[in-house]
Amino acid sequence: MHIMEGFLPPAHAIGWAAASLPFLAFGLRSVGRTLATHPEQRMLLGVAAAFAFLLSALKLPSVTGSCSHPTGIGLGALLFGPAAMVPVGFVVLLFQALLLAHGGITTLGANVFSMAVVGPFVAYGVFRAAAGAGASRSVAVFLAACLGDLATYVTTSIQLAWAFPDAVGGFSASFVKFAGIFGLTQVPIAISEGLLTVLVVNAMARFNAHELRKLPVMAMEKKA
Amino acid sequence: MKTRTWMIWSAIVLLTVLPLWFASAPPAEPGAEAPAMFGGADERAQQAIGTVAPHYEPWFEPLFEPASGEIASLLFALQAALGAGVIGYWLGTSVTRERARREAASTQSHAD
Repeated sequence: MHIMEGFLPPAHAIGWAAASLPFLAFGLRSVGRTLATHPEQRMLLGVAAAFAFLLSALKLPSVTGSCSHPTGIGLGALLFGPAAMVPVGFVVLLFQALLLAHGGITTLGANVFSMAVVGPFVAYGVFRAAAGAGASRSVAVFLAACLGDLATYVTTSIQLAWAFPDAVGGFSASFVKFAGIFGLTQVPIAISEGLLTVLVVNAMARFNAHELRKLPVMAMEKKA
Repeated sequence: MKTRTWMIWSAIVLLTVLPLWFASAPPAEPGAEAPAMFGGADERAQQAIGTVAPHYEPWFEPLFEPASGEIASLLFALQAALGAGVIGYWLGTSVTRERARREAASTQSHAD
């Protein structure tokens, strides 16, 4: 669930767009370089993008009595690095903003920042930390995808709290309110996304072992 | 591997289905109607903005809005189908490729 069209004041909308733009440019270059040096990875990049497309279309019920959707961004961030998922998330968000009235053009910058910048970078960082601490591949992948998903919605809550601070409690009261809506709703959905990502990575390890060996997910296998 | 895969699938299904029974109704914002059960979290956020900043007016409207809830679910289904199609193609080719590799290996060992 993204920030709806028109629901960020113009200054915030422009600011978040400016913050996302360099990541998008960097991400496009990163994808271009990966495909130029490893054209055989086109298929897996397609699968990572398709995973994000599929998961962000599924609005799932949650314990808070609201629905929200997973992002599917963690998988690609682990395979191709966090920068590669910026353009993928951008395309998903643009599609939903233009055709589905979900999210919006004016809030695109903020939504790209939460879903396509914070999400993949947190997922990648968590994976490196968990793998470095000696967690098995499945545990590291689960934590990465799950926390990357949650981080996206915590970011959304911060963005809204910043734009709409509470009259009495200020930013923090407002953040608690929005996090109670976006963050809590997301908890079981983020766990589902983590589990699903583990299944896909397991399937890739079985079928695409050759291609995976050059990607970050497999880099830790050598140590294990 | 098989048992664990099935356990993960069951956990995903349970995590998705159980809230349908055990979720509590979302709390109403003061001065607003109680939100619909299992509405979007973004709608609730919109209501919350209404209470935090009652004078805020959204300054931009979506350029295109699906004509109805049905059309919206059609477009969401299309998005999911695109993703699932690509993943299905990858799984299909991967399974076939592995089977072909195994058969080639076994015919080779027969020839020896």
